[in-house]
Amino acid sequence: MAQVKQFVSGNEAVAIGARLACPQVITAYPITPQTVAMERLSEMVGEGTLQAQFILVESEHSALSAAMGASAFGSRTFTATSSQGLLYMAECLHYASGGRFPIVMMNANRSVALPWSIYGDHRDSLSLLDSGWLQVYVEDAQEALDMILQAYAIAENEQVLTPVMVNLDGFTVTHTYEPIRVPSQAAVDAFLPSFAPAIKMDLAKPLNMGFSSTPADNMAFKYQQHQGAEAARCVIDQVDRSFGEHFGRPYGGLMEAYRCDDAELILITLGSVSGTARRVVDALREQGEKVGLVKIRFMRPFPREEIAAVARNARAVGILDRDISFGYEGAVYTNVNSALAGNGQVPPTLNFIAGLGGRDIRKEDIETMFLRLASAADGRPFQRVEFIHLGVMTDD
Amino acid sequence: MTEPVSKAAAKPVNARTLTEQEFFFGHKACAGCGGALAVRLALKVLGERTYAVLPAGCMSAVGFIYPQMAFGINAMISTFAGTASMLSGMAAAARAQGLNDVHLIGFAGDGGTADIGIQALSGAIDRNEKIIYVCYDNEAYMNTGTQKSGLTPFGAHTTTTPAGAMSRGAGNRKKNMFDIVTAHGITYAATTSIGHIQDFLNKIQRAAAVEGTAYIHVLAPCPTGWGIATDQTLAIAREAVDCGLWVLAEYEKGRYALTKTPQQFTPISDYLKKQGRFRHLLEKEVEEVERERDERWSYIRRHWNCL
Repeated sequence: MAQVKQFVSGNEAVAIGARLACPQVITAYPITPQTVAMERLSEMVGEGTLQAQFILVESEHSALSAAMGASAFGSRTFTATSSQGLLYMAECLHYASGGRFPIVMMNANRSVALPWSIYGDHRDSLSLLDSGWLQVYVEDAQEALDMILQAYAIAENEQVLTPVMVNLDGFTVTHTYEPIRVPSQAAVDAFLPSFAPAIKMDLAKPLNMGFSSTPADNMAFKYQQHQGAEAARCVIDQVDRSFGEHFGRPYGGLMEAYRCDDAELILITLGSVSGTARRVVDALREQGEKVGLVKIRFMRPFPREEIAAVARNARAVGILDRDISFGYEGAVYTNVNSALAGNGQVPPTLNFIAGLGGRDIRKEDIETMFLRLASAADGRPFQRVEFIHLGVMTDD
Repeated sequence: MTEPVSKAAAKPVNARTLTEQEFFFGHKACAGCGGALAVRLALKVLGERTYAVLPAGCMSAVGFIYPQMAFGINAMISTFAGTASMLSGMAAAARAQGLNDVHLIGFAGDGGTADIGIQALSGAIDRNEKIIYVCYDNEAYMNTGTQKSGLTPFGAHTTTTPAGAMSRGAGNRKKNMFDIVTAHGITYAATTSIGHIQDFLNKIQRAAAVEGTAYIHVLAPCPTGWGIATDQTLAIAREAVDCGLWVLAEYEKGRYALTKTPQQFTPISDYLKKQGRFRHLLEKEVEEVERERDERWSYIRRHWNCL
């Protein structure tokens, strides 16, 4: 099918993806490094290549609140945020997922204050892992565009009806220019039908939405919400397969395993660092090392069976976290350990904290991680949580 | 007596023509609730092609307890801060869907309006969203048990501004929301009282007819929080106007107007002493309230070009 090559930044790829999804209402509030995505969308609306109501709101809280109002009305909506803005709308995140509004939002991953930083890590979105949103992390601009389209198909599926957050590493992905292939509108229309929710505010049949419930009912609603997020496991695979058939780019669903078939040492990553890690795996494989990479794509729903299956024969598993839950460990590490333990697997697992506040993660850093994994696999003592490239051991 | 700024375009709604159809019924509001009456009457004026948004507060607490839904129209609870922003999203969706003949109305309390919701309200007015925002003002956070809000008047006893040996009730003046919204250059704004039902109906009708944001601030007494009998809601709301502590006004196109001009004020002490929340006030404090009232009226007469 016709796909036009363009040289764009990650933010622009998101904007192009959003335009192709034809949202009826876009709510916008600027925050670095997300701003360019919203600037491009406003330009598209301004020049008439995107027919959408574009509302400039006064805060991120209002951005998501307005998106919920529009969604309740039966309109497809889009918004974007980052970092402090995501935290500012935290209340609305729970609201949107509890209300089962299939909103799609881009988040430019950025560190959170204090200290103030505009550079990237994953503490913003991972601290909201329990907000009920599906979370996908992309590696580059192409995946960003593609996942905006997939996100609507997932969120709006009647079994799911759950909002989706598409995460891009701030600057690393949002501001880096890459060649991407842009599908035609006709091809996207064939993949993604227009939004026609079964439940919405309707003049012929008025609805009271966003209600309160007594303790007798509340848990049943929360169970249904959980079922929606769990149902996304299958739907994500279906949507990815369908996307692959339409555009020739399947992503592997919840996660991607790279050279893991016979891997004894596996490193697990999230986001753009996966590209660097892939190159390190290639180099080590050339030296005969049995190493592999797991790129987690969805943190919710979490690929628990998939990770357990891939790590079945691993002698050590490393988890690279660009975040930390202070006083414990990285959020990805906790989730991976839970998946492995739940499957009765207990290989040594090592948590590498790296790239906080935009700090570079170099190839040498990833080689260091594999050295640590080899040492642990050989039965030597290891640090559970290690700040890489800092010289500090948290278990000291 | 000054003429209202505008005359409603549609046929006037009054006690004779008010529909018997109910759009807010079966709710769990307390007896004598001024807020519930405001919601009920406003929806009777607007009719069935109306969408309502209510933030956390009394009216959402008593109106949406699953599975007993009290609204006969499309309605939804918003986040506490999000009344005006959720309405904005609905207004955008209505435009996107070509729905031009519907009403979008928010009903937020004084805390939801003057405190936590003021940012979203300001943004909506700034965009001139075609929404009607009603602040039902019972002068404290009543749903959570009577805590001071930005619209709690000077001297009022609340659970967070108690009248005790070392404290004298709320120490600040009531935030002036009407001036705040008119300073935005809003399309239409009005103050009214649930004790003046015709005035309230007129202003809702007027708000529904304007092309842009309309703000209506209705004084809606809360018997529980104010310490009055449940059959005194309307009387005390009227007395607030008669004693000059509450003003019935309109604003449109830069012009202010009074819709009721008391020639002579009834004694403020009579109004205050009828309410449990003011019972502790000393004479000098009542005089302070009186002085503030006179200052306000002096300002109104100077700046609004009203007699």
